[in-house]
Amino acid sequence: MAQLIRNPFNWILAVIYAVGLPLTIGRFIFGLGWATHSSYDYPWGLFLGWGLFVMVPLSASGFMLGTTVELFGRKDFKPIERLGLLNGLLGYFFAVVFLQVDLGQPWRLVYPMFVSLGPAAVLFLVAWHVATYLSVQIAELVPAASEFMGWIKPKKFIKSIVLGLTIAGIILSTLHQGALGALFTYAPGKVHPLWFSSAFQWFHFFCSSIFAGLSMLIVVSTLSKWFLKWRCDKTFLESLDRCTLGISKGASLALITYLVIKFIALAHDNNWGYLLTGWGQWYLFEITFGAIIPLALFTTAIRSNRAGLARLAAFFAVFGIALNRLNTALIAFNWNLYQEIPHWREAIIAIMVYATYIVVYRAVLYRLPILYTWKGDSK
Amino acid sequence: MNRRNFIKGSLAGGLAVAATAKTEKADAAAGTFGGYADSMGVLVDLTKCVGCRTCEAACNKEQGLPEPDKPFDDYSVFDEHRHGGLPRRTTEKEYTIVNRYEVEGREKPLYRKFQCNHCNEPACLTSCFVNAYTKTPEGAVIYNPKVCVGCRTCMIACPFYVPTYSYSSAINPVVKKCIMCYDTRLKFGRPPACVEACPQGVMTFGKRKDLISLAHKMIDAKPGKYVNHVYGETEVGGTSWMYLSDVPFEEIGFNTHLGPQPIINYVKDFLAIVPMVLTIWPALFTGFHLLATRKQANKDESNKA
Ligand code: SF4
Ligand code: SF4
Ligand code: SF4
Repeated sequence: MAQLIRNPFNWILAVIYAVGLPLTIGRFIFGLGWATHSSYDYPWGLFLGWGLFVMVPLSASGFMLGTTVELFGRKDFKPIERLGLLNGLLGYFFAVVFLQVDLGQPWRLVYPMFVSLGPAAVLFLVAWHVATYLSVQIAELVPAASEFMGWIKPKKFIKSIVLGLTIAGIILSTLHQGALGALFTYAPGKVHPLWFSSAFQWFHFFCSSIFAGLSMLIVVSTLSKWFLKWRCDKTFLESLDRCTLGISKGASLALITYLVIKFIALAHDNNWGYLLTGWGQWYLFEITFGAIIPLALFTTAIRSNRAGLARLAAFFAVFGIALNRLNTALIAFNWNLYQEIPHWREAIIAIMVYATYIVVYRAVLYRLPILYTWKGDSK
Repeated sequence: MNRRNFIKGSLAGGLAVAATAKTEKADAAAGTFGGYADSMGVLVDLTKCVGCRTCEAACNKEQGLPEPDKPFDDYSVFDEHRHGGLPRRTTEKEYTIVNRYEVEGREKPLYRKFQCNHCNEPACLTSCFVNAYTKTPEGAVIYNPKVCVGCRTCMIACPFYVPTYSYSSAINPVVKKCIMCYDTRLKFGRPPACVEACPQGVMTFGKRKDLISLAHKMIDAKPGKYVNHVYGETEVGGTSWMYLSDVPFEEIGFNTHLGPQPIINYVKDFLAIVPMVLTIWPALFTGFHLLATRKQANKDESNKA
């Protein structure tokens, strides 16, 4: 208890909840019209703009690490695999929480699954794939939980099907990460041409989710090292620099690919003229700080073997992805109408849900064997 | 099998890989849906509209909408501006609105009635993941509030910014938009309430294909009277409501950059990869796995030796 009070972060949380909780309850009592601008032109606000479109790519680490360790047999990334899986699971889970805050009728969440099916819609695919993928991720983390609870059977069972789970994870992730981008292809005239490409939109979203997830993993592992050092075991701490640099390699490859297709998309749609406008500068800002600088930092870090630099790069990349998704979903959306600034209640509710994500994240890291290896494992 | 069914098949393939073989063949055979042949429509002659707002009143009554903030004979609404200096738009309380446009070189202002255009291949319909929308053979695009989850993707997708959401309701918010008076009139072959109420005869109700030839005849009959374009004939795959004007459409609030493709065509690059990912990925990555681990195994072997 005393420790709880001593931590200044908990004070911040207390303030967020004191303000956010009544507002969140208010959203469900008075409706979306009370909590948001309830715009007809901007039907999606921060809840989806941040909660779905930013959270999901930042949570791609689960399938990336699963693929690296289980599929490519890179056991040297094992110490950080579980953190990657957890980052994925929690991110997806809270994306669904955000969705529930945003849906007009959240109690109908299962309708697209069982009641009335619209299988021709991209969102249908997102719904099914995120739901299935959540279960895959839970399964992948069963070993961690069963060690904690002292179960043996579930862990063995998961181990036996882990390859299947991993491949399922790759398929589902490719499709739903891409589908989130494809959702915007329904609005060809509304998203600014610099952020829109009907041919490449899904690939932009998919490809950027690779370095987004990896960079987020670096960020989270860095934070764990700073604030949760007591919980990390020696294997984790000692291999962290090496893992970070290894992950950086993956991230920089994805970044290069991303920049190349961004460039191709520009040429394909012949959008060069837009680069000279105000929107073009904003676009160049995003690309420079969110993709080119992290790429340069990552490659320097790898060449000079400096994990610290890679961590800096990761922070940039995470910022870049957040900016890219917010640009596509909110800022450059309706670029030829007007710009909408989210309602203050909406912003506070979004901050509160995100704070809850951090609290749960921290609580799990405190307890489950994520940052440390369970002692009984070797037996 | 029309294209809509094909797309259904290929995305449902996201659930059952087995379905893909069938849909790939269908892909080649897929045609364009292009709307029902005998669908009805409305031709709006904007040059005749005087901005009396009778249609707004008629719609309000027919659809049982709540009392408006200002009465329908209050013409100060034409001076109202919302966010971004834009003119009025449809709301959860108004399925149709009339706006006034001052056009340079035209002695009188031009009034434009606006409501759902009832597209042949509606973006709202194709984007909805619970299938809440139906395009009826009569041409109306109707909506089922009982299954709507409230994700508002249809509002993102509609190129005309038509669907609105009753955000004011906490318990049962639903999408609100013009339904072409389907359940009270169109179903029985009768024209919509707003069409019938118009004292100036601005709107002609009839079969969509007849209206198209009528529109072109009107354009040809008096050269120079109308702009040579029937808005809605080809826009986003064609719409049931179409417009004639004597000033360029972009000057009176119409989006003239929409192009002839239905919105769903912009999505098909993604739809096409779905079956590919489903069939190729498992084999590809199992292969990678075997390669990667065999190398590992070899290394272990040689280490031992
Ligand atoms: S105008 Fe919009 S709401 Fe009406 S049918 Fe077309 S896409 Fe749907
Ligand atoms: S808001 Fe309702 S009608 Fe619109 S796409 Fe979502 S579920 Fe369908
Ligand atoms: S067709 Fe019916 S619902 Fe649509 S605007 Fe006219 S009166 Fe209203």
